[in-house]
Amino acid sequence: MSYQFTVSPDFTPSHLSGWYIFNTWLQNQTDNAIHLEMYNDFHEQRDAIEADNVDLIYANPFDAAQLVREKGFKPLVKSAGESDEAIIAVNADNHVEDVAHLESGLRVAVTDDPDVRMMGMIMLEPGDLDETNIEEIPSDTYVIVAKHLLKNEADAGIFLAESYDELSKMIRSQLRILVRSQISVIHHSLMIGPKLLDQREKIHDILINMNNDAKGRGVLESLGFEQWQTVDDDEMEFMIDLMDTLTM
Amino acid sequence: MLHDMNPEDIVGDFQEVTLDLYGGFKRRILYTEIETSYPDGKLIVSTTDKEGVITHVNQSFIEMSGFTEDELIDTPHSILRHPDMPPAAFKDLWDTVNTGVKWQGFVKNLRKDGGYYWVKATVIPNVRDGEVVGYTSVRRKPSRTKVEECIKLYPTLF
Repeated sequence: MSYQFTVSPDFTPSHLSGWYIFNTWLQNQTDNAIHLEMYNDFHEQRDAIEADNVDLIYANPFDAAQLVREKGFKPLVKSAGESDEAIIAVNADNHVEDVAHLESGLRVAVTDDPDVRMMGMIMLEPGDLDETNIEEIPSDTYVIVAKHLLKNEADAGIFLAESYDELSKMIRSQLRILVRSQISVIHHSLMIGPKLLDQREKIHDILINMNNDAKGRGVLESLGFEQWQTVDDDEMEFMIDLMDTLTM
Repeated sequence: MLHDMNPEDIVGDFQEVTLDLYGGFKRRILYTEIETSYPDGKLIVSTTDKEGVITHVNQSFIEMSGFTEDELIDTPHSILRHPDMPPAAFKDLWDTVNTGVKWQGFVKNLRKDGGYYWVKATVIPNVRDGEVVGYTSVRRKPSRTKVEECIKLYPTLF
């Protein structure tokens, strides 16, 4: 039997090969045939989830509720000590010091990463800004968000903090952070679907011990992770309740 | 368990009032005019059981309320109730979430030291297998415009 693995489309592009390396490693460790399918966008990925074509997923927190509540997925692990955080940044020449001083009609460069967009929009609220009085500038990647700011095609940009921190020093020197979220409890998670649930404990243990040998550590490194950390059902329920509260 | 506020915990000049809280509790409140501004980028998160008793808090809740985690867990959420908040606002909250719908509003919360902080609060019922098992509340930084509107409106709702 073959299983399908997929990764949230908002993964850092530099880690694309890492996910293929990880998938090969996981097949060897678990003796399962696992096919890695990378979808172009969240829309395509959700269609695959809906059609029950996904058995293992590194999921955006936005999709966790559907995966757990409707599709019977369970959490396995997350990247240890990491959480999804967002940044609102402006061109360094912009004199605004506080989100509260941003004005209606603001042009906001934003990607389609759902959790980052949500966190960014929450951080704009103290300025009385919401979907009705800003102009969204859709951007395929965070580098493009930065370019819109540098070319003054956008007044503010919403970034995944990790991606902002990975921008080149030269680009960052021309931008300024207005606010960085410190939410701590919203994170991507590796989740396992119904067809693989009987192997949940085995796969969990393999992943948790992955950093204990050189090869496993190398694979983790290719993903930009240090090690995996357990996500239990209670932690996942708490995150889903939080996401529901912010999005429903 | 909800205790009366302790004068030794209060920072600055304070006023005193006794509030009737949900569940038939009475609580002596000591409150000041000192505002703590909501920090940028943070969310305060808590969960309660069906009776509104706190079951989980995050670090931002602890920092902004001034209580320790031990003081908050197993305590009614009304430990944050500020006397300037009209009872009608909380009735609206409970009437809304009890129908399974999200409630959102601007709330002036009481700190352990008698001070206060304004939040934009969102509360949803946590439904498992079709039954409400508790509530999740998330508070975020409010816009000052909305807070100013509430400062004018709330005294008229008593």
